[in-house]
Amino acid sequence: MEEVKLMKGNEAVAEAAIRAGVDAYFGYPITPQSEVIEYLMAEEPHKRTGMVVLQAESELAAINMVYGAAACGKKAMTSSSSPGFSLKQEGISYIAGAELPCVIVDVVRGGPGLGTIQPSQADYFQVVKGGGHGDYNLIVLAPATVQEMADFIELAFELAFKYRNPAVILSDGVIGQMMEKVVFSPQKERLTDEEVDKLYNSWATTGKKNGRERNIITSLELVPERQEAHNHHLQAKYKKITENEIRFETFNCEDADYLLVAYGSSARICQKTVQLAREKGIKVGLLRPITLWPYPSEAINKLADQVKGILAVEMSAGQMVEDVRLAVNGKVKVEHYGRFGGMVHSPNEVLDALETKIIGG
Amino acid sequence: MSENILTPEEIIKTGELVFKKTKLMTDAELSYCPGCGHGVAHRITMEVIEELGLEEQTIGIAPVGCSVLAYEFMNVDMQEAAHGRAPALATGIKRVYPNKTVFTYQGDGDLAAIGTAETIHACNRGENITIIFINNGIYGMTGGQMAPTTLPGMNSSTSPYGRDVHTMGYPLKITELVAMLPGTSYVTRQAVHKPGLVRKAKKAIKKAFELQMENKGTSFVEIVSNCNSGWKMTPVESNEWLDKNMLDYYPLGDLKG
Repeated sequence: MEEVKLMKGNEAVAEAAIRAGVDAYFGYPITPQSEVIEYLMAEEPHKRTGMVVLQAESELAAINMVYGAAACGKKAMTSSSSPGFSLKQEGISYIAGAELPCVIVDVVRGGPGLGTIQPSQADYFQVVKGGGHGDYNLIVLAPATVQEMADFIELAFELAFKYRNPAVILSDGVIGQMMEKVVFSPQKERLTDEEVDKLYNSWATTGKKNGRERNIITSLELVPERQEAHNHHLQAKYKKITENEIRFETFNCEDADYLLVAYGSSARICQKTVQLAREKGIKVGLLRPITLWPYPSEAINKLADQVKGILAVEMSAGQMVEDVRLAVNGKVKVEHYGRFGGMVHSPNEVLDALETKIIGG
Repeated sequence: MSENILTPEEIIKTGELVFKKTKLMTDAELSYCPGCGHGVAHRITMEVIEELGLEEQTIGIAPVGCSVLAYEFMNVDMQEAAHGRAPALATGIKRVYPNKTVFTYQGDGDLAAIGTAETIHACNRGENITIIFINNGIYGMTGGQMAPTTLPGMNSSTSPYGRDVHTMGYPLKITELVAMLPGTSYVTRQAVHKPGLVRKAKKAIKKAFELQMENKGTSFVEIVSNCNSGWKMTPVESNEWLDKNMLDYYPLGDLKG
């Protein structure tokens, strides 16, 4: 049955994973996301559902354990924060190349380097645009609430298995650490080994039973013509995902003269900015991308016909703003605003930036 | 022909099967150089899996190196790992399928350089997996560069004047290292350059898989092998060189279990 709890975003991820019937979590501690593995270890999900939880020797090992389990058709996931996500990039590229379904949670902190343990959104480039080698895309979901931290676990696995593609929940230190009310859906049963065999018999490596040909999971193809064909296949899949899986929401956009584009915790802050602006008589709307890849480019492009200017707000020096500019394609002015390096902007700071960079600029 | 020498027809009588390729090796042409030990190591590994009746429950992991295409030759479900990460993949598989048989097949660069952490920690956790480790003292696939296992003074394309241990470090005896870890059940060093040694190596591999099925922890079989191309020798010369030089530093026999 449904249950209401007060929880940190990181804990909500962990509880949602158990309830979603996830088979295995492999992790490595890093602030500000260590509560995910701490919660899982304390909860002993092997007693609740049979779920495996293992602390790996590194982020590298953790993502490769995910590779091994995912290649067997099991629901496997890991989580980390920015420096740890950098380490996982090698494995993520292999997982994308081998077309394995899995979920990776990134609770972003400030960088570069060891940076800071405070919140940031400066992983947009390394998560949305790649970071690992080769032409590949990850399905990227950006939660703005603790509720979405929980809800997106199931959604991410659904999309990952639908397209045999890794999916990322791109969160940040604000959403990971803050406590909110969260409603959990009822416990879903884990698939049995027999069900996995039946569902994923065409590709999963579970032992070649009943006379079937052996299954091979690899990202290697040395003949360039075949590697190109594999890349064409991936691109066709990405096109299909782009056509079907774009998610976003709008807030006060109907009569807006100006538009804010923001995701995750910045979108929460911008909701307040919209309210403050409207109290001053400035008609501002907000578009919140929920999927960062595929990106809601068309929706932003349409709004560019209506508004006089757009401010992309993110806790970075300006990463997502590039996708906003590509979507707008020069129709109206697009600027970036954001505190970064672990600092979080206030609604008033965003309003000031809108007034100076867009309205007055 | 002299009367004392038996003809092939006399040795192998019609209708008498004396040897058959295991069905767990595919018919694909091996990508290894003629004379290389990989072919024998592949064959005896797959023979063991067939003889133990594990065909339908085995998942193997190929490394990066000369045996990167092992999945083309080993006729069981296979995964291809990133360089050095095979023991992490094996951990992921074994944890979600504790009753399946899981093995990695890795070279010395893969297992003892870039994958050292994954090797040590999988062994230290006592993952119920079998690791087959081919040590030929060189990076074969990339063209004969120095490996963690290259002997002191040994030439390679990145130690063209011989491995200078003062600047390049000592050959890593990783098998001795993993033998110290409580998680390993059976650690052994074998070779396949002589028929008698092939039989011994096969026995060791069989024991390793049997211990895995008994959930005894990690079983680890090193096979000291040759690389005639990388060492720039004929196959026969390389086997003689191995016998004369490699086995002093890497003595054969069981280290544990």
